[in-house]
Amino acid sequence: MKQLCKKSTLLAAALLSSTSVAAAAELNIYTTREPGLIQPLLDSFTKTTGTKVNTVFLKDGLAERVATEGTSSPADVLMMVDAGNLVDLVDKGVTQPIDSKVLTEAVPAELRDANGNWFGLSMRARVVYAPKDSDLATLNYEDLADPKWKGKVCIRPGQHPYNTALFADYIAHYGADETEKWLTGLKDNLARKPAGGDRDGAKDILGGICDLAIANSYYVGLMRSGKGGEEQTAWGNAIKVILPTFKDGGTQVNVSGAAVAKHAPNKAEAVKLLEYLVSDEAQKIYAEANYEYPVKAGIAADPIIASFGELKIDNKSLAEIVSHRKQASELVDKVGFDN
Amino acid sequence: MHRMAVSIGYRKRGQRSGALWLACAIAMALLVLLPITALFVQAMQGSAGLWLHLLENVLPIALRDTVILLIGVGILAAVLGTSLAWLVTAYDFPGRGMLEWALLLPLAVPTYIIAYAYLDILHPIGSVQGAIRWILGYTSPREFRLPDIRSMAGCIILLGFVLYPYVYIPTRAMFLTQSGNLLDAARTLGISRRGLFWHLALPLARPAVAVGVSLALMETLNDVGAAEFLGVRTLTVSIYTTWITRNDLPGAAQIALALLLVVVTLVALERWARRRQRYSTGAQRHQRFEPHRPSPIKGWLLFAAGALPILIGFIAPALYLSSEAWKRVQFAGLSERFFAEAFNTIVLALLATICTLAAGLAVAYANRLRPGPISTWSYRVSTLGYAAPGSVVALGVLIALATFDQAIDRAATTWLGFATGLLFMGSGLALVYAYIVRFLAISAGGIDSGLARIPASLDQASRLLGQTATGTFVRVHLSLSRAALTAAGLLVFVDCVKELPATLLLRPLNLETFATHLYGEAARGTYEEASIAALAIVAIGILPVIFLSRVGRTG
Repeated sequence: MKQLCKKSTLLAAALLSSTSVAAAAELNIYTTREPGLIQPLLDSFTKTTGTKVNTVFLKDGLAERVATEGTSSPADVLMMVDAGNLVDLVDKGVTQPIDSKVLTEAVPAELRDANGNWFGLSMRARVVYAPKDSDLATLNYEDLADPKWKGKVCIRPGQHPYNTALFADYIAHYGADETEKWLTGLKDNLARKPAGGDRDGAKDILGGICDLAIANSYYVGLMRSGKGGEEQTAWGNAIKVILPTFKDGGTQVNVSGAAVAKHAPNKAEAVKLLEYLVSDEAQKIYAEANYEYPVKAGIAADPIIASFGELKIDNKSLAEIVSHRKQASELVDKVGFDN
Repeated sequence: MHRMAVSIGYRKRGQRSGALWLACAIAMALLVLLPITALFVQAMQGSAGLWLHLLENVLPIALRDTVILLIGVGILAAVLGTSLAWLVTAYDFPGRGMLEWALLLPLAVPTYIIAYAYLDILHPIGSVQGAIRWILGYTSPREFRLPDIRSMAGCIILLGFVLYPYVYIPTRAMFLTQSGNLLDAARTLGISRRGLFWHLALPLARPAVAVGVSLALMETLNDVGAAEFLGVRTLTVSIYTTWITRNDLPGAAQIALALLLVVVTLVALERWARRRQRYSTGAQRHQRFEPHRPSPIKGWLLFAAGALPILIGFIAPALYLSSEAWKRVQFAGLSERFFAEAFNTIVLALLATICTLAAGLAVAYANRLRPGPISTWSYRVSTLGYAAPGSVVALGVLIALATFDQAIDRAATTWLGFATGLLFMGSGLALVYAYIVRFLAISAGGIDSGLARIPASLDQASRLLGQTATGTFVRVHLSLSRAALTAAGLLVFVDCVKELPATLLLRPLNLETFATHLYGEAARGTYEEASIAALAIVAIGILPVIFLSRVGRTG
């Protein structure tokens, strides 16, 4: 009862008073990363610095919300997945450049904005799942459109940023016309409508619906580790992971990252958080709790992820891939990929 | 002389209070118009560059798929709703009393939850197909599996089985109020039971079926979750995706307005199609139609037929969610988050329900006291938000309130020397506002139909007996429309609990509800604790079903 009273007071306070919290050592995060994924990092940050972290998980419209809130926005740090989404934040003018030696030393130049508007914090590869007993060992992205896979490929909606980034990378390698042909071929190979998430790919391989599923690397760690329960362990164990490459390049890699909001009321704390996120400790959490590839040199990936083999990152830069993203999204519509 | 003075005084006072109500109604209409105006202003600031691509590549197919989906869901909901209503009205079989209310249960399951549940239930590695394989002697899903649920057909079937109650409710009410005498007369004239349905009962119930179907279709158009899970690209989904992938706010506002225009056109068409139809239920009781009692075997078959939609639309998903929730609780226990979310969900929905009821009362009561073009239009405008998809309302409210918040903040900083921060966006008030805009139609509509049943002669009697305008309002109107108020309140409450897009976009820092939690987990493909949240949403959704069934039985 006492707890309930306390809670009601808290909520009443939250509802009625304005929440321009001026008190020291607080930090407000707008994130499109699901709370479960970043909570361990934030808890650890609070433990080391004593700074209280407030978050709101937004799916679509994070940039719109910060932009319309303007100078009054309480947002300090904006956390997002996908380089394209991070660049959008810069284009909307809701970020500010950060000059931090800690950040520029830890994050390789190709994984951050040249002006310091955003920094990549972790990497993920767009890989292919295949049935465990399959004798397939290597694969090129180009092969995914090969008619021999007709009715065998599973993928989430083509308009999802993970996929538009892959398609944009294809444009960077071969140009729009070739990519359109490839996308048409890939669409013809689909086993089912492009829907759901990446984990569904593994589940559907177990369910016999498909033989290849295009998905992100870290889901394998989340499934096999048993963190999602027994069922997911079964999905994760039903598949083997292939790191596909472009014929003239490597595996397509994307980032999750963060930016400091233009009107951040707690800028100092915001920079501190970003610097914390590239510390050895935090990078280890990214690797071990989220199964992502750390951006910082010298930090090892989780054994589950390392078991896929050595990651050869594609030679096209994130900036170049991002520049083709709109075109990729339009091609998805044009070939009716999601219909 | 004295009498005249009294009568003039009476009218003046009455009109004054009427004017106050009317002003409130206009204010409510403006409140609903504000976010739409904000969208409009924002839309004007962009170019129309987006549309060429959309027209060429996206809209034709999205339109085709939307039409197929609407026709499919419309037919399925109409057939199920009408035949089930006839089943429990015209036949007397064992378990009929239970079916009468149990048929409403699928209402408690939001479309995104039914899709989420069936994706798992019907998956090749799920329990249903596992059982089929076991019976047929197959060992692996690679040898045998059913067609994938992620398809247009799957989407139509799932939506049809949770949306048919929208048709069932008004159609059954229509069958019940249809003159038993008329039906009995037809029977004596030798029309078969089947002929009775096709030639008399159904044509008479057509307006009710139309109302129900149009509500079901509105829900279908507003749905984003189920269509997304099942891979169906409706207009709403495609347009929404375009906003997200193109990332420009004016473009998004243009798209949102276009979507609103489509829905408003549909609503107007539906109203136009029914322009000559009038309900003539009246207050007098007709003699009830005597249901037919079939042979025991046939009776049980009828029961099975009536129970099937409940099994598909409620029992199977509810059992699935319960078992998943149970597994989760055993695996990881119930986290503290759950209680915080329960608290947030209920307090927000409660606050929004109270405000929405008050707003609905203003709009509906003004319509009664001061009928005329102004009150009629206030009513229409204030119900616009229900036709608008949640994401449209959310975007409009965001633009309007964030601008407003900033203006206040700046003014306070300049004139008073301190920052107020974001008054609305920073608290839950923006969210409450969005809920009001979105669900005002439900409360206004419910209260209006409740008030309509109170004859005007009661107002006059009350005033003649010395009650003031306020006294008449409280003692006569409020107390006589209590049932309508409760029903409307429950529906609004449940809709607030289920609401997703606006909640996701507008909630303040550190505030999580059942719906946003469920979405967060579903978005990353982990369903872990989401099953508990989903089960809680369904459980809350049962409340109005219980209430509606009680009203149905006594009335």
